[in-house]
Amino acid sequence: MRTICFYFQVHQPYRLKPYRFFDIGEDHDYYDSFGNKNIMRKVAEKCYLPMNALLLELIEQHQGKFKVCFSISGTALDQFEQYAPDVLESFQKLVKTGHVELLNETYTHALCALKSKEEFHDMVKKHQKRIKELFDGYTPTVFRNTELIYSDTIGEMVAELGYKAILTEGAKHILGWKSPNFVYVNAIEPKLKVLLKNFRLSDDIAFRFSERGWPDWPLTTEKFVGWINQLPEEEEVINLFMDYETFGEHQWAESGIFDFMRHLPEAVMKYSNYTFSTPSEVVENIPPVGKIHVSTPISWADEERDLTAWLGNDLQDEAFDRLYELEELVKASDDPDIQRDWKYLQTSDHFYYMCTKFFADGDIHTYFSPYENPYEAFINYMNVLSDFMLRLKKVKVENKL
Amino acid sequence: MKVLMFGWEFPPHISGGLGTACYGLVKGMMQNNQEIIFVVPKLWGDEDPVADFVNASNIEIDYRERRFQEVWKNLTYLEVSSFLVPYLGPEEFSKFTDYSEHDKFDVEDSVFAQKYTFSGKYGKDLLMEVSRYALVAAQIAKNKEHDIIHAHDWLAFPAGIAAKQISGKPMIAHVHATEFDRSGEHVNQQVYDIEKAGMEAADRILAVSQLTKNTIVNRYGISPDKITVIHNAVMDTSIIQHNAVKRVPEKIVTFLGRVTFQKGPEYFIEAANKVIKRDPNVRFVMAGSGDLLHRMISRVAELRISTKFHFTGFLKGADVDEMFAISDVYVMPSISEPFGISPLEAVRHNTPVIISKQSGVAEVLHNAIKVDFWDIDSMADSIFALLHYEGISRMFKELGSQELKKLKWEHVAKKVIDTYKTTINQ
Repeated sequence: MRTICFYFQVHQPYRLKPYRFFDIGEDHDYYDSFGNKNIMRKVAEKCYLPMNALLLELIEQHQGKFKVCFSISGTALDQFEQYAPDVLESFQKLVKTGHVELLNETYTHALCALKSKEEFHDMVKKHQKRIKELFDGYTPTVFRNTELIYSDTIGEMVAELGYKAILTEGAKHILGWKSPNFVYVNAIEPKLKVLLKNFRLSDDIAFRFSERGWPDWPLTTEKFVGWINQLPEEEEVINLFMDYETFGEHQWAESGIFDFMRHLPEAVMKYSNYTFSTPSEVVENIPPVGKIHVSTPISWADEERDLTAWLGNDLQDEAFDRLYELEELVKASDDPDIQRDWKYLQTSDHFYYMCTKFFADGDIHTYFSPYENPYEAFINYMNVLSDFMLRLKKVKVENKL
Repeated sequence: MKVLMFGWEFPPHISGGLGTACYGLVKGMMQNNQEIIFVVPKLWGDEDPVADFVNASNIEIDYRERRFQEVWKNLTYLEVSSFLVPYLGPEEFSKFTDYSEHDKFDVEDSVFAQKYTFSGKYGKDLLMEVSRYALVAAQIAKNKEHDIIHAHDWLAFPAGIAAKQISGKPMIAHVHATEFDRSGEHVNQQVYDIEKAGMEAADRILAVSQLTKNTIVNRYGISPDKITVIHNAVMDTSIIQHNAVKRVPEKIVTFLGRVTFQKGPEYFIEAANKVIKRDPNVRFVMAGSGDLLHRMISRVAELRISTKFHFTGFLKGADVDEMFAISDVYVMPSISEPFGISPLEAVRHNTPVIISKQSGVAEVLHNAIKVDFWDIDSMADSIFALLHYEGISRMFKELGSQELKKLKWEHVAKKVIDTYKTTINQ
């Protein structure tokens, strides 16, 4: 059996508003509600609504032979509720078809897997609960960590939580001569299957689709099916993992991306022996070929496929360490606003904006950043965090009284 | 006695301290009933009418005057069109590039045109404008009767020299800052040459501090006898009662100024680091922008003190007042500051100050702690002391405000007028 597994990451952060030094100690509302709403509405119109409608159409048209899977972050779900209930509804409809799988992740798309096991568990449970609430008791069995960040030990933690599989990047430097088109298992806990992104084919769609300088432009379904037919017969699964915003937002409608997706399932079924599967079907039907060793964390970001998009420079490390130093105090407080803000401040995007790898991958960072440069991002974040610390201190004092 | 004065900028259209100082001086002159013809490259029409302003952009040059050609011969630095203001911050820099991208014209043609509209800025045609300004100065010197010429800083020195060539009247070169203050050891040779030529051509030099006088003697080879030190003053010496409310429980220590080499921001950060390690009850603020800002932010992150050390970016107007008002200590760690007016602004807000010994203001402000800019231990000690030993800061507040009252432009102008008289009589 040969199969294609489509996975889409759906995420929106709670972006911070411009928060000045003069606001510290006075203003405890950190979020740019106007900007967040605007972005949400814009992405809803350009991507979520039309693409969800298309997927629903394709699933119905192919009577369940076409299927996909999503991981929707908690901050995206919260913002759907606030600003785009129509989007939430369309996702609920998709899930109801029974041919759409949902994955679990950390609630706020955070980096806590790298820092605190306790917080990681907490975040995953919170996400589980939210998915259950919003999707009719749905309980995911496969996990996807923030930005496909994965290591042997992260896999071990995920296995402990009872998941049967995890998605990550098919990074060249961990695969070596191996192919991403097989099922692997975690090096510590072989119960946990590992699905690896085929980054070449995924990025052909996600990044290169509208790139006119690319020799293979324009990408057609015939071309794409031709490529997958050329893969060695024994390779069993092609994992196409990408940001959901690829459709209509990163690749505009004018590029033909919707038409490509509209015709791809039919072309695959007609001209190849591939089927479509969700991650849990893949790990059920395809036996693993061996262990995959990942001693230092990998991700799907940038050329390096490591953590340097979020951590590693002084700005990022300082912000990250200061944030997690507060864990104990936050856990000791029972103030729901404190709990919520601490979780929202953990969202990986805040650290992504502080990335200083300007010249190679910086352009994509700038595209996604509401700030003019990483220094501004850092200052704004630290101002907010300073106010948060003052609140925390106050709560602590009040608790003692 | 009539004074023909050449400046470069005048409030409200200023980008540095020079315009403010000129304004204070001219106002002080008015209080002393001294008539002044004040020439600037460009007038905007909303200047305070404290002098007989002449807009150089409106002056037509009569090229039939032969002597102008001699003036022109001396202006050999015309061709250059590179940026000359190396200490600009990113914001300012983009402003200047915006300016200099429009109206491209043929240099020779426009300079020799009968009229030329100056930008009055610091763009890439700066040297060309400085030259044109000198030609205009020659024309003005011919038209307007005067007894003495007074030129402020290098931008106006060629104008002063040209005017002197035409009228033969004595010239005063007023040095507010030298190229060494702006650029450290990496001086722009052309600017240096213009400064030196101005100092040499002048009959008397005014320096804004002893520190500046020393620079003029040591770096430009000028005889100390030719230099008179007259310190700057403040426009308004009253104490400001600001009702700003501090919203954080900690004490606040502030750096406010351009974040550039000259201002020594890194020493402030190193001192802050030492204080924060010992005293959790303090926050540091760096207010301002400049070419070193990003490096400073990185340093603060590297030292892991950024929850106690904040950056505000460029502040203006009411925010500056509020920043001074909520500060418990103001620090000016300048590496080289010919005068430095901002500590006096802090005093006006009843904020105790620490200033570097390498600043001119240290010569007139006695109720302040003075440290070497590089001595971060001593800076940290002083900050700690002002935060914790109420006695000193209370004393500084009381005595500082009294001291301030002596620093009036009216007094400064009086001294300048006396200098005019002795120069004319020489």
